[in-house]
Amino acid sequence: MARALRDAGMEVVYTGIRQTPDQIVEAAIQEDVDVIGLSILSGAHMHLIPRIMELLREKRADVLVICGGITPKEDVSHLKEIGVREVFGPGARTDDIIKFIKNNVRAKGSS
Amino acid sequence: MSNKRKLEELKREKRRWEDKVVKKALERFPERKKDFKTTSNIDIERLHTPADLSIVDYLKDLGFPGMYPYTRGVYPTMYRGRPWTIRQYAGFATAEETNRRFKYLLEQGQTGLSIAFDLPTQIGYDSDHPMAGGEVGKVGVSVNSLEDIEILFDDIPLDKVSTSMTINSTAAMLLAMYAAVGEKQGVAPDKLAGTIQNDLLKEYVARGTHIFPPEPSMRLAIDIIEYCSKNMPRFHPISISGYHIREAGSNAVQELAFTLANGIAYVDAAMKRGLDVDEFAPRLSFFFAAHNDLFEEVAKFRAARRLWARIMRERFEAKKPASWQLRFHVQTGGSTLTAQQPDNNVVRATIQALAAVLGGTQSLHTCSKDEAWALPSEDAVRISVRTQQILAHESGVTETIDPSAGSYYVESLTNRLEEEAMKYIERIDALGGAMKAIERGYIQREIQESAYLYQREVESKQRTIVGVNQFTTEEEVPIKLLRVKPEVERLQKEGLKKLKERRGRGNVDAALKSLRKAAEGDENLMPSILEAVKAYATIGEMCGVLRDVFGEYKAPTVI
Amino acid sequence: MVMVLNMDVKGLVEQLLKGDRKSAARLITLVENQPEKAHEVASLLLPHLGRAHVVGVTGIPGSGKSTLIDKLIKELRGRGKTVGVISIDVTSPFTGGALLGDRIRMQERSIDEGVFIRSMATRGSLGGVASATKDAVKILDAFGKDIILVETVGAGQIEVDIMKIADTVILVTQPGLGDDIQAIKAGIMEIGDIFVVNKADLSGVERAMGQLEAMLNLGRWAGEWKPAVIRTISQTGEGVPELLDIIFKHMDFLKNSGLLQERRRRRGEAELMDVIRERLTQSIVGGFRGKPEFETLVDKVARGKTDPYSAADLMLKSYLEKKKS
Repeated sequence: MARALRDAGMEVVYTGIRQTPDQIVEAAIQEDVDVIGLSILSGAHMHLIPRIMELLREKRADVLVICGGITPKEDVSHLKEIGVREVFGPGARTDDIIKFIKNNVRAKGSS
Repeated sequence: MSNKRKLEELKREKRRWEDKVVKKALERFPERKKDFKTTSNIDIERLHTPADLSIVDYLKDLGFPGMYPYTRGVYPTMYRGRPWTIRQYAGFATAEETNRRFKYLLEQGQTGLSIAFDLPTQIGYDSDHPMAGGEVGKVGVSVNSLEDIEILFDDIPLDKVSTSMTINSTAAMLLAMYAAVGEKQGVAPDKLAGTIQNDLLKEYVARGTHIFPPEPSMRLAIDIIEYCSKNMPRFHPISISGYHIREAGSNAVQELAFTLANGIAYVDAAMKRGLDVDEFAPRLSFFFAAHNDLFEEVAKFRAARRLWARIMRERFEAKKPASWQLRFHVQTGGSTLTAQQPDNNVVRATIQALAAVLGGTQSLHTCSKDEAWALPSEDAVRISVRTQQILAHESGVTETIDPSAGSYYVESLTNRLEEEAMKYIERIDALGGAMKAIERGYIQREIQESAYLYQREVESKQRTIVGVNQFTTEEEVPIKLLRVKPEVERLQKEGLKKLKERRGRGNVDAALKSLRKAAEGDENLMPSILEAVKAYATIGEMCGVLRDVFGEYKAPTVI
Repeated sequence: MVMVLNMDVKGLVEQLLKGDRKSAARLITLVENQPEKAHEVASLLLPHLGRAHVVGVTGIPGSGKSTLIDKLIKELRGRGKTVGVISIDVTSPFTGGALLGDRIRMQERSIDEGVFIRSMATRGSLGGVASATKDAVKILDAFGKDIILVETVGAGQIEVDIMKIADTVILVTQPGLGDDIQAIKAGIMEIGDIFVVNKADLSGVERAMGQLEAMLNLGRWAGEWKPAVIRTISQTGEGVPELLDIIFKHMDFLKNSGLLQERRRRRGEAELMDVIRERLTQSIVGGFRGKPEFETLVDKVARGKTDPYSAADLMLKSYLEKKKS
């Protein structure tokens, strides 16, 4: 996924696995990212993502959050309610994800 | 007519066929693709003929089942004697629930158990550790101490079942717990049968549940191998895995090559420890994936047996035939399952299971149709078990040994896969072995290249995935999914608290102290882990000590 | 905490000086994406600069730089210092994108209030350092970080340019490179202050250190700092406290010997040249691209009808004439 985003011309900060919500949010703030992409295969999304959204709110960070991995349909609406902009299920194309990001992120300033 | 003359005549006739008959057909309509290739990029010929077998020496290259080089099977009677073990990977939430699922599976006809553990258990954290939040019981059963394993095997006789445990960094602890439960049931350790995955190398490159750096991890792995060879001879102390490497995106050749390269690394390490190769090699086992390209997979399994036999006999000079045998378990490829039109997954699992059976596997797990969404529900897993039973009892493929042998296509593919895998193994040897290759990021890069290529092929529709990029439907098929209740975490935390109150500190502290001392020295850690386990030390406590002594490791991430 | 979304540069700098992390991050993004604002940022930051000790860390990929930096941060924090880190990775010339993965090794430090880590891509800047990097260093200096580590990959000309902004330059290498160690000679050998042989648990460490020491004796020295050659094992942290000691020793040396001024002068010159170069390139080359007269000249050069020197003369002449009018 990271490679596909890079090949689409984006700068991708890759944090590696086993990140805590605090680490993710701090990295997002320091790197001043436009998007946080979360990949969760274990089913722990309903515990971890709300925490991340909470931290982002606390720190007033304006970031678009998308996630992917294994997410049952019933959870998708709840995740969107708490602020996740889109949930990409298994079989999602990298091209669709890239398109979504390009359409939904206002690039910071221009060069 | 001599063989050579017959061969030439054949080649002539084939050319004639291509020039006359095929050419005419191609003028009417071309073939579907310009290049036909397997998933490992091996060219597929339009037609294979006896000419492809001319280089195959039956006695030398194929031989007989149960005899070197084991290409046709590791046992003399294979499924005519005993079918493969139906071994469905299972586990979630608490030990009680998993115990119930185990009993269900055994009732349905499963013949061996396979335990899935949750991530905290695999990574050495107790359920109340901050890192465990949200993960307790999610991808497998939550185990904090011997108490959980006792509940897990309640009413399940360890002298009657064999159990496979998918556990790596904390394998020693789980093995010790299993042995302790066996003891309580009155079953001696040398009667216990099963497998412990214990494969650290693939954790670093594909799976991610490693804890310690390579050296202490290897030491622990060899401690287990050494301990089992002396005390638990019916237990496979390691399951050298290619499944996860394949799931991470490698192709079939890489799966084969990297698995065997890792195997070589373990044999090297065990011999360096001073073990005689014939002492431990007979108990090594392997674990592969089965994906959709039926014939490539069959060829892969056959090539694996022949290649490993040659490696053990020629490179390591093992003397016992049992040391040359590659015994393996197969799991059908989870990554091939689609979330769209889940019923299709039953068909996929069937093809993949067939490949495993034609490939001569010793045990098999078939994935369930809902597994692109969640852990399998009871209904879905029943179908998976039935799939294997229908293959075993209705399909007839078990009535003779290695039925696909002699197929011009299969034998030529088997040769190709062996050749290509050897090239990788030689490259890894040149880098200094699997561990060095991993440190250099070589294996990770290869896996990623394949994964990226595959994804691009799917997105450009070069590669069809039915229901996903072709033959899609708009309608949603509702499926009943298994959900792990969030209370599991609370229950496990409470259980932990009560355990700690009950057991008292005395024995535990003493045991942890011995464990620390043993870890700092170089004795085999199994005895002290056993002691700690029996004192009801928790996984988190034991790993805490080891983390302290060995340090934690971040595998080189290659992007 | 403050909403920085639409704040102007002045506001952001105000918040930065108060210690707001989001403002620091936003300002760095600003100088990256809106170079026209960089001028304003630079002048507003001016009174608050000069406190931080800037340490450049470079070396070939795979030498364990990021892990070493992670351990250095740990050690620095243990000694009560605040740390800023800028990790530079290369932008793909084909896609314009970049994979910034240095952070992986340092992620544990992210949640430490005293540490600020930022990844930056080179973004294809000509002639060396993304000039945004230099501005980012200033931002972290004004932000109050005691030490600012700047990490780059490779040891080529680009990296040498980046290192010119550092007070202390560290080159990281590892044993077993054999002849590759010869490849490091240009540029970096001349400006390196500390040479680290990392992965010292591998065989060949003595040889590597010996090779470095031999090569260093051939260099010329400004002042009496003899470059140090030490060994570390970044995986375990072995050698890191000693490395930090030498870093501090170097800084003291610079201050006491007056060489700090010279280093700062070197930095100033590099920064000035960078901006001039970028402005000139922008205005001259920027004006040409796509213009028919330029494209015609390119065709002529490609077909051998004229040589690049004559063509350049033509373009520059026309540019200067336009400027006059």
